[in-house]
Amino acid sequence: MWRRLLTEYGMLLVLILLGALFSALTWAEQQPTGLAASRQVARRLLADPNLSSKKMLIVVRAHPDDETYASDLVNQLAEVQVSLVQTVVGQPADARQKLEQLVASEQTLDRIICSGSSVDWGIVANVATLFPKLGRVEILAPQSYRWPNFLKRDNLLNIANQISVIAMVAIGMTMVIIAGGIDLSVGSLIALSAVVAARLIRDFAGAEQASVWATVPCCAVAIAGCGLAGVTTGVLTTAFRVPSFIVTLAMMLVASGTAYILAAGQSINQVPETFVWLGRGADLLNVPNSVVLMLVLYCIAHVVMSCTTLGRYLYAVGGNAEAARLSGVPTDRVIILSFAISGMLAGLGGIVLASQLKSGSPTYGQMYELYTIAAVVVGGTSLAGGEGKILGTLIGALIIAVIQNGMNLMGIESYTQKVVLGAVILSAVIVDRIRHRISQ
Amino acid sequence: MTPLLHMHGISKSYPGVSALREVELSLHAGEVLCLMGENGAGKSTLIKILGGAVVPDAGRIAIDGREITVQSPTDARRAGIGVIYQEFNLIHGLSAAENIFLGRERAAYGWIDGRAERRLANDLLKRIGASFDCQLRCKNMTVAQQQSVEIAKALGEQVRILVMDEPTAALTGQEVDKLIQIIEELRSQEIGIIYISHRLDEVFRIADRIMVLRDGKLVATLPRANVSRGKLIELMVGRELANEFPQRSRSCGEPRLVVSGLVRGDAVRNVSLSIRRGEILAVTGLVGAGRTELARLIFGADRADSGSIAVDGREKVIRSPRQAIAAGICLLTEDRKQQGLVLGMSVLDNFGLPNMRDLSTAGWVRQSQLRHRFSAFQKQLNIRTPNDRQRVRHLSGGNQQKVVLAKWLMSNSQVIIFDEPTRGVDVGAKFEIYQLMFQLADQGKAIMMISSELPEVLGIADRILVMHEGRISGEITDVAHATQHDILQLAVR
Repeated sequence: MWRRLLTEYGMLLVLILLGALFSALTWAEQQPTGLAASRQVARRLLADPNLSSKKMLIVVRAHPDDETYASDLVNQLAEVQVSLVQTVVGQPADARQKLEQLVASEQTLDRIICSGSSVDWGIVANVATLFPKLGRVEILAPQSYRWPNFLKRDNLLNIANQISVIAMVAIGMTMVIIAGGIDLSVGSLIALSAVVAARLIRDFAGAEQASVWATVPCCAVAIAGCGLAGVTTGVLTTAFRVPSFIVTLAMMLVASGTAYILAAGQSINQVPETFVWLGRGADLLNVPNSVVLMLVLYCIAHVVMSCTTLGRYLYAVGGNAEAARLSGVPTDRVIILSFAISGMLAGLGGIVLASQLKSGSPTYGQMYELYTIAAVVVGGTSLAGGEGKILGTLIGALIIAVIQNGMNLMGIESYTQKVVLGAVILSAVIVDRIRHRISQ
Repeated sequence: MTPLLHMHGISKSYPGVSALREVELSLHAGEVLCLMGENGAGKSTLIKILGGAVVPDAGRIAIDGREITVQSPTDARRAGIGVIYQEFNLIHGLSAAENIFLGRERAAYGWIDGRAERRLANDLLKRIGASFDCQLRCKNMTVAQQQSVEIAKALGEQVRILVMDEPTAALTGQEVDKLIQIIEELRSQEIGIIYISHRLDEVFRIADRIMVLRDGKLVATLPRANVSRGKLIELMVGRELANEFPQRSRSCGEPRLVVSGLVRGDAVRNVSLSIRRGEILAVTGLVGAGRTELARLIFGADRADSGSIAVDGREKVIRSPRQAIAAGICLLTEDRKQQGLVLGMSVLDNFGLPNMRDLSTAGWVRQSQLRHRFSAFQKQLNIRTPNDRQRVRHLSGGNQQKVVLAKWLMSNSQVIIFDEPTRGVDVGAKFEIYQLMFQLADQGKAIMMISSELPEVLGIADRILVMHEGRISGEITDVAHATQHDILQLAVR
């Protein structure tokens, strides 16, 4: 079981090692905020047996994180019937005013609960000397802890979000490569799709005022157009036996040029607010929608490749096209379909990218074909065709994303990043070769 | 006298199988040693060890009594060992001379002395009696010519030991005679030859001694004079085979496959034939007579210019193998590695490939059904594989052939075309294949068998068609009283 996992998904190990490396390198002091902070403080408060008799004041600054912190704390304390709580939201001056009020009305105070930032205010730190009449006041704030910046939930989601477009497009690329072809046109199709969708929304769906029901068909048309480009590629490669490298190279130029023409060389920004839902929204457990979409697509693709006749046929055509044809596999149709899927996924990638950036521009997707091919190859798929795994590609894409993200966190500048990324892709592939040789 | 070559205690095991156990081999200068055994007996492994392509687990190799180490093909070449594998190692785009000198070009400062190479190449080719231009490109050569290039290449490297793996598998009768002459010539030049073949006729013509392997173990090494045909088969199979061909009762019914006026360029010219239920029709002729081309047309692998095909009285449109399979026709190709199997895929997936229509629902492969059906055929055909996830590449030749058989038997076709079904297959497995063909015929299927081996054609077929230059040049219906001579007369006229 482990052995099989290692030989089939050895790159998973590389991904985990990279994660461990960047975790070690980005180990840092963390200050909890928002809900994380309120949960921690509430836990400590509830440990106090005399909590219900204590008078408490919550002091936070006027900031969304702090406000969530304060209101969540009040709710949690209310749940355990603790009501002697007052809240101040604002500047240090507001806190001083409140404390003076309390002194004026001859009340005492047991505890001041602060957020990570308000605990540093002078008025709070020196409350014992400034307001001795309040009695002995305990000051409570969320405790900081040590944790890698890399492993923070937000950062991990950010990695997944940033790679989502390349990872989606790489699904189609994996299928094409397994079937023995290659698709260089995906980068340009991303741009074409983004431009077509944005232009349709601007010209026909009502620009910024476009409704969801008008936006969705525009995106569908863009995706279908890219699918059609894929079908064209497939038909040309199968009917005239032109290598897909050449056909998609030409298609790359055609699609890119068309995108520039349609957009008149400009970025098209007239899209509605709702358009960013796909790229920036996070509806499910705070996971970005584009990441959810990517994961769903990978699940579908994995099932297609391992459980359906189409998957079986893709491997067969890439492994030995003539033997497959003589076994009754409709080889031409399978190849055309692989390019159509690749085209449509590139189209979808273009929509997600346009949604993330809230505009459609012909400059999108440059070099993406190379990143997707890199993800596929790092994921263990053979460029000779017939071999490879869809989930390997996901791991390959994540490796690329983790490297980029890790270097960003460490403040390495982008030129150096390119050099390192290239070196890492090379060494990943060489490690994979060596592993193959050992396992044979 | 010290032998030229001595291999002592050679053992090699692969995960799950021990391919060779303590095998001994000795070869004298100017001797032809024939290596025989069933598929999977370990012949290929033994010569791969000698050629440096495989490193043994144990054992010693000595030349002229001096021990040598053979870790790579380079070591073997340096020791004077030349191996000609079944798949030739030639660069198709290069000429004969360029191939002969590949890797040891006559060159000074990177400049190749083409004239010297061509002169030397011509000398070498003349030495083995080949009469073609050494500037001919390999892709334009016949198989026999390519073989001559391989032999010349080995001679150019001053080999003292020449290993030939199934050299006659793809040769016609005349070409075989020519090759045997070449071997006689090499023998007189004091070269030791190890010759692997399944064809008993040739073996008895050229061997000085015959060595038999079975299940990775040495069974016997005997001088030719001390062994009879029957004895040899018994040694190889490990049991007595009463007959090389099984017996059957012949009963044919209605015509199943009717082909009329099939044409494709010059390769197939106006061929009509019909095969009845339960009939085995052999199609024979010289290589290049258009037999394989005819089979490919019937199967839709190539498009016919004109002609029609009917199965069970109903005309079928066949423009692709897919349509042929749907019409109930299947083709077991001659070249299983290039055309029969996807080597990188598992045994199970290869088995399922032509049968997806039956083994899937709305595009979903029914995996358990697939496994279940395969295990039935695995038992019936005795396919030896560690598990059904094993890649076909790692199976022995005979087992690969059985996987091809299984996948087409599963497809339940009514018309089955076998193209050289016993090429490169040992005697025991041949017998099994014949039996299987008879079983299929008894089930009422129409069988077309393409074969160059005339004893097989005469022993198996109910009726024989002979092809010559794309046409059917004759038909033999009274097979029982026909001779090889009768067939040859039709084949060369």
